[in-house]
This record gives sequence, C-alpha cells and structure tokens, in this order.
Amino acid sequence: MEEPFAITLDPGSSRANRTGSWRVERPVYVDRLPPCNDACPAGENIQRWLYAAEDGSYEAAWRSLVEDSPLPAVMGRICYHPCETACNRAQLDETVGIHGLERFLGDQAIEHGWGLAAPPADSGRQVLVVGSGPAGLSAAYHLRRAGHRVTIRESADRPGGMLRYGIPAYRLPRPVLDAEIDRIVATGITLECGQPVADLAETMTSEPWDAVFVAVGAQRGRDAGIPAGDSARILDAVTLLRGMEDQAPPMLGRRVAVYGGGNTALDAARTARRLGATDTVVIYRRTRDRMPAHESEVEDALDEGVRMRWLSTIARVEQGSLLLERMVLDEHGFPQPTGELEELGADTVVLALGQESDLSLVERVPGIEIADGVVRVGSDLMTGRAGLFAGGDMIDPASADRPPEERTATVAIGHGKRAARAIDAWLAGRRPEPVPRHEIAGFDHLNTWYYSDAPPTVQPRLDLARRQSTFDEVVGGLDESTALFEARRCLSCGNCFECDNCFGVCPDNAVVKLGPGLRYRFDYDYCKGCGICVEECPCGAIVMEPEQV
Amino acid sequence: MPEFATDGGPTAARESGSPGSVEPPGSGGAGAAVRSEDPPGSRDATGPASPSSGQPVKFYQVGSFAVGNRLLDPSYRTVQSDALRTNALDSGHRACQGCGEALGARYALDAAMRATGGSMVAVNATGCLEVFSTPYPESSWRIPWLHSLFGNTPAVATGVAAALRVKGRPEVRVVGQAGDGGTVDIGFGCLSGMFERNDDVLFICYDNEAYMNTGVQRSAATPPAARTATTEAVGDEPGNPFGQGKNLPVLAMAHDIPYVATATVADLHDLERKVERAMEIRGARYLHLFVPCPLGWGAAPRDTIRLARLAKETGLFPVFEAEHGVVTAVSQIRRQVPVEEYLRPQGRYRHLFDPADPDGPPARPETVRRIQEIADRNIARYGLVGPAGSDAPGEAGPSDPSGRPYETGEAR
Repeated sequence: MEEPFAITLDPGSSRANRTGSWRVERPVYVDRLPPCNDACPAGENIQRWLYAAEDGSYEAAWRSLVEDSPLPAVMGRICYHPCETACNRAQLDETVGIHGLERFLGDQAIEHGWGLAAPPADSGRQVLVVGSGPAGLSAAYHLRRAGHRVTIRESADRPGGMLRYGIPAYRLPRPVLDAEIDRIVATGITLECGQPVADLAETMTSEPWDAVFVAVGAQRGRDAGIPAGDSARILDAVTLLRGMEDQAPPMLGRRVAVYGGGNTALDAARTARRLGATDTVVIYRRTRDRMPAHESEVEDALDEGVRMRWLSTIARVEQGSLLLERMVLDEHGFPQPTGELEELGADTVVLALGQESDLSLVERVPGIEIADGVVRVGSDLMTGRAGLFAGGDMIDPASADRPPEERTATVAIGHGKRAARAIDAWLAGRRPEPVPRHEIAGFDHLNTWYYSDAPPTVQPRLDLARRQSTFDEVVGGLDESTALFEARRCLSCGNCFECDNCFGVCPDNAVVKLGPGLRYRFDYDYCKGCGICVEECPCGAIVMEPEQV
Repeated sequence: MPEFATDGGPTAARESGSPGSVEPPGSGGAGAAVRSEDPPGSRDATGPASPSSGQPVKFYQVGSFAVGNRLLDPSYRTVQSDALRTNALDSGHRACQGCGEALGARYALDAAMRATGGSMVAVNATGCLEVFSTPYPESSWRIPWLHSLFGNTPAVATGVAAALRVKGRPEVRVVGQAGDGGTVDIGFGCLSGMFERNDDVLFICYDNEAYMNTGVQRSAATPPAARTATTEAVGDEPGNPFGQGKNLPVLAMAHDIPYVATATVADLHDLERKVERAMEIRGARYLHLFVPCPLGWGAAPRDTIRLARLAKETGLFPVFEAEHGVVTAVSQIRRQVPVEEYLRPQGRYRHLFDPADPDGPPARPETVRRIQEIADRNIARYGLVGPAGSDAPGEAGPSDPSGRPYETGEAR
C-alpha cells in the first residue's frame, strides 16, 4: 500500500478491542409491572394506553384500553380508581388523573363512533351469560372476542344491572351507558332483556349451553329489623335508586334520613337531595374515618348540603320522626350503645345497610356451594358445577385461593374477563394459562430527576345549585389539551418509553437504538458493565445481572 | 451580577465587535445579561398555552431532562439522541468503566461536529483521553485528530487554525482539548496566550480534578480535602489543602474572550447548546466540562452522572456562561442538596466520615462545613438558587419551540 512520507501503517479502529470482556455484570432490559396496572381490578394495562395517548393517538390508546375493559366511558366515571391510589407520581407531586383520561378516551370513542373489532372465526360453542351488569357484559364481550356464541339473559327491562339501577344519573349519564352497552352487543351478542332465569339447573339441562356464566349481583337491600310504627315510611336504598329509572320517581318528603355509611347510602342521600329533600341526614354508627364509603363521595355529599350524624343508630321509626341512640366506640373500634336517645324529624327513612344476592336461581344447581349468602368459586371462578362459572357481587369476596376483593363494578369487570378466559380454556379442555406477573416497579426503581414538575389537571365540576336540584352529571370531562397534558404526566414506571437516556449516557456507545417502537439493544461486545444506563434510566426498565462465567 | 464581572474594568479593552468575534443575530452585545434570542432547542419556562383551557402543554414525561423525547420534533432533539450521531469517540476505547471523560468528549465533539457540519479538527493533549483512545495502532477517533504534547495543545491548535486560514479553509474549525492537568497546570501558559491573541479555537477542558492517567496526583483543579496520591488523607488537615487551586473559567473570563462556559455531563441539553453557541462565534472560546472519574474519586462507575448532577445541585460546581468577561446565563439549582450528599459516595472524601458508620454524621464536621461554605459562596456569587418552590427558569423542560400546542413532528 502506498503511504505518505513517514507513514508506515494505516490507523486501525479501536473496535478491534472488544471491551465487553471486562464486564462482570451485564445490563438487561426488563419490563416491570407499573403499580397502576397491578392495582387495577379489571387488569387494564394503563401504562400502555397512556403511552399511546401521549402523542395524541387516542384511537390506538382506546383500542389498547378495550382489550381489557369494554366500558371505558362508564368506568372512567364511576370507578374508584385504585390505580391512582397506587400511582408512583403521588410521591413526586400528585397522582396521574387516570380516570379522567379513561373517560376522555371512552367519550372520544362514542363521539367518533369507534367500533369494537369483529370477533374471529366462530368456535361453534354457545355460552349463556345470566345478568347484564358489569361482570356479565365484560364476560360476554371477552367470550365473544374469543369467537364463542354468547347470549345474555337479563331479568330487567334494560341491560346494565347495577350500572343502570344502582348508580345515579348524575354520576353516570344513561346515554353513555347505552352507547357502551350497544357497542358490546353489536359485536354479535344476543341480548334478551325481561327474561329472568328462575332455575338455572333447569335452564342448563333443557337448553344446549356449553358453559354458563352467572352474575346476578346483589340486588336486595338488607333489612336491619328496626322497630317501626305502622305508618312509618321506610324504604331501602336499592329500591330508591332503582325507582329512579321508573317514569315517576319515588316520593320521599322534605326530611329524609339515610341509615348506613357505604357508597350506596351517599348515593341515596344525594339522590334524595335532588328529589327535593331540603333536610337530608346520613346516620352512621361509627365515625367518619371508619365509613366504608369513599372519601370523595363523602366530600361531594357534604358539598351538596347532606348532613352527617356519626356515632348514631336508629332505635325506632315513627311517622314523621325517628329516635336516635348515641354510640361510642369501644377499645376495639366497635360501636357500643350509650342509652342516650334523641328525636329527629324525618318523613322517610332510607336503609342502606348493604345488599345481598337473590340466589334462588342457583339453589337447585347440583354441586354448587352457597355459604353466607354468596356462591363459592375456585380461582378460575368456576362453581362446584362443572361448566358453571360465577362472578361479580354474588361470589364470595375472598377465598383460600383468591385474594380478598372489594365489591365494585371494576372488580366485576375483572371477574368477567377472568371468567371468560377460564371458560375459553375449559371449553378447549385446557387449564387457564397463568399470566406471569412482573416485579412491581416501585418508586425506588425510578430516577425522578428526569421528570419535571407537572401539577395535575382538575376536572371541572357542576355548580352547587344545579348539583342540588338536577341529575346533570356532576364531574366534567377533560378536553383534548388537558387530556394530553394529563397523559404526559405518566412516569411510565417500569416500562421503556424510549427517552434515549441509555443510548445517550453510555460512555462506550454500547447501546444500539433500534428505532421508534423497537426500543434498544445492548452491544455486549463493547459494554463494560458500568451500570450508568441502569442508574440513569428514568423508569427503572434496566437491571444489572451477574455475568455468567 | 457576580462580583468578578469585568466590563469597564482594566481588562475590558476588547470591544464586542472586535476582529475575530462574530456576534450572533439578535445578540444584545457584550453587556446583555441574558441573550434575547435563544437557539433552537433552548428551553422555555412554559410551553404554548392551549386554546381551550389556557393550560400549557409540555413534554413532561419524555424528557424534559432525558436525552431524547419522542414527542419533540426531531430537529429539536439532542445530538446524542440521534441514531446517526458522529460517535466521535468510538467503542473499544480503553477508558475505565463509567468514565466521565469519555462520555464528555463524545457529547462535546458530536455536538461540535453537528454545529460545524463535520468540518472540524481536534487537537488533543497528552492525558487519559489521549492514552485510552489511541494505543498504537488503534484509534477510537472518527474525526481528524492530532496528538500534541502535554503542555502545548493550545499553541498547536492555534497553529492548526492559522494553517487552515493560510490554506484558505477557514470553514474548518479547530477544537483543542485536554484534561484539567493539561489545562490549568502544564498547558496554562500556552492557553493564556491563545486567549490573549483571541485565536479562533474552542478549547475544552475535561475536568476530573486530578492527574488520573499517571495515578491520581493532585492538580490545581483538585478540590479541598480530596485525597490524591500526592495529598494523602493524613495529618491534621488530611487531603488537599484549602485555599489553593485555580478557577480556570474565571481566569478565562479575565482574558475577556468572546465565550466562556461551564457544563457537566449530567445536563446534556445544556452542554450541547453551549457547544453549539461556541461554534457560532469566532475567536478564543473556552468550555470547562465537569467529568467525574470513578477510579480517581473512588466512586462507583454507575454513579458518574449522578455525581456530576450532585456537584451542580450542591453548588460546588457552578454552571454558567459568559461573553466577553460578563456572566450572561446561569443554570440554577433545581433540587438543592447539602454537600454531604455529594461527598459521601466518593472514596477520596472517605476520611471525612466514620469508616465504621459511613452513613452516620461526619467524622470531620468542620471540614464538611468548610466545603459547604464553598458551595454557599458559589450560590450567592452566581445566583444559583431561584425563587423558592419553582422549577428554576429555563429548567422547566422543553416545549416545542415551533409553538404547536400538542401536535408532534412525528408519530413517535
């Protein structure tokens, strides 16, 4: 080779020196489970759909969302968002407003008429779903997506179960509910309303169902057996809320007392306020911090002028008044009577002391186990009768092989999805495949330096005067810009969001950028294993592993 | 204004429009406290307001401070986020694990390569950077690169610039680079001359605060109390003495050269913007880049960027820029921390803490207090702490400078 004067050798590249041999630990990309996803009873992949929403791909975000939950516009309104309780961002400033975004995407879908994907080839299997509440709708949707022929049988005139007959319209406007149910049914599900199933054992033998999912909910208000005069006006909260769907709403009078401390009690109180009750009192045996109702509901009720009587029970109800007994908490936190009585004027007493299921339809099913008013199911939600699955409020909230769960619409949606998966496996003669759970991406895994401060977006609220007199929706939605702002507050805990940090901070250029959506790859020929990429990854998506020798 | 601002002082003879110095369009001139026109990619405190709610939409999640940002138009992203970046310093170099200098050199030179469109020559002093990048017959450099002696790099760079001018190639720009030893000690005479003549060279000092290549000996950039091989942790005042050393960015400013800046490997956006700014200017420019050394500092290799960040967030390393001897911009502290947080992870300060209880209270609280005083003095001198409770101005993260509220340049 001809070289210039005094040059004897071409320069070689240092790439001949494979510095990867220095390494004792290697960085590895991982996906950790974001706390929001972990906390979601419906099993949504929240981080994934937020990621899609961040660049304005709302339809893609919605499509990702409805892979798990088919009712985003509904759930974005009524879910008590355990995802936000778990959100790591709360430790930085405030939690990401996931429910507002879910609602925004759901509303966008309704506005733009986005439809659900057509199911794949017909499996030829027929599945009956009893009850069209959140559990039934979710199960039907997921079964249909798996290619099965699904029929929903509903005893009421209209579908939705407690979503329609238990949740007041000011929290869930009915056109929203109708739109989302219609969209699910439009995937090819047969919906039979006004068709109560009286005896499921009989139905299962006389009709050709390959499998049945039953989720009739807990529709009956519990009765406390309170002593009452003959002309006292007492009704239960379930009846009141259900009556709101009738042509003529129930007559309550001017003074309404609601007995109970759960979310239903507050729904009843707020409904009474809107029906014209000027004096609405919630009576609860314990203290505010022990109320099972969610804090936001208590706040909303107080804002609307509902009064609270803590540490009180109803001793007796007469026409136009009731007798309260003051309680004290003992050292175990249980309320104990004091004998101090007080009279309170009330035209109507509404009992909201919990609900129970009417299980008469399954009582005669052979093999089924009923204890304490709920149906026992296994981890796959199958009852003692092969091929009969159950979910929602009618099953035991905890058992040996299932962790304890709340009784909410979101849990019911999760039941529907899990049952559908179990039914699909059962029909194919498979065991349901266990879904591997990644390690949780805790706050300690994050390098929060890379996220800047971003205050949360506040959803607009209806003014108080209208909240006290109309059933208009109380909480407003996000608009497009506020939704985008909120989506971008997501920290993407435990999942690479392609911020290029690892690619940028490597002193040895040992990270290969694979392009949009494809993330990165380590070049182990040159990676010296310094671990800067792990330390500087904002979201904790890289770990160091000992090198195998 | 910092106390050492010298406009109007005895050394302020050079006019802002002097030969060899090109003012950028829109510049407020030498005395302007803040540039009136920021280059693309600079950061605003708030983004454009959205029309419907008045709420500014920013690029929070992705990267207000991270290297890349998939929501940002590609033309506003960092050089380092570009899959086709120069990689001026290639893989296979023999720098230690987690080397801050290797990282800093690639950051600075890749940015300079983009700013000059690839027309650039680098002159490199003897030192770690030279030794680990070019063991015969290999080279890690993917740019035209010359090795000079330990002490004469500024003079060689001056010569390269002069030669290019004579050959009618003034568009080819020259970068001189050295470690802190080659800059503040051995090369300082040549560097001062280069500044004084206002030669058209960007000189970059990679400051890792000692002679690392030869075995961690003290330099004039070694901070007080730090252990080195020549300032052992023995005696009444173990480690490097207080009250010595040179503050080279300030010395450079005293020469009234067109541009002086400090930066760290922890803030890439800031560093790249400063390199870009330096390449817009003709004449002598100086960039002092803080690059932690895991080996010499006795720190974990993974902590290199974290330590650089802590040096800035404690106030020990002030990050600022100056034109013609006057400070024009300061990077404010975003999350202020006491100096202890910076000192504890470093073996060179181990003697300040109790070896039996390294997380406990300092064994030499008086020394730690004196180091904190240095940080506090920097904070007061440069105004490093902004209004309480706010993300410091210029630190709130990038918004799309094109003013679009929430569209993006590319889908991802």
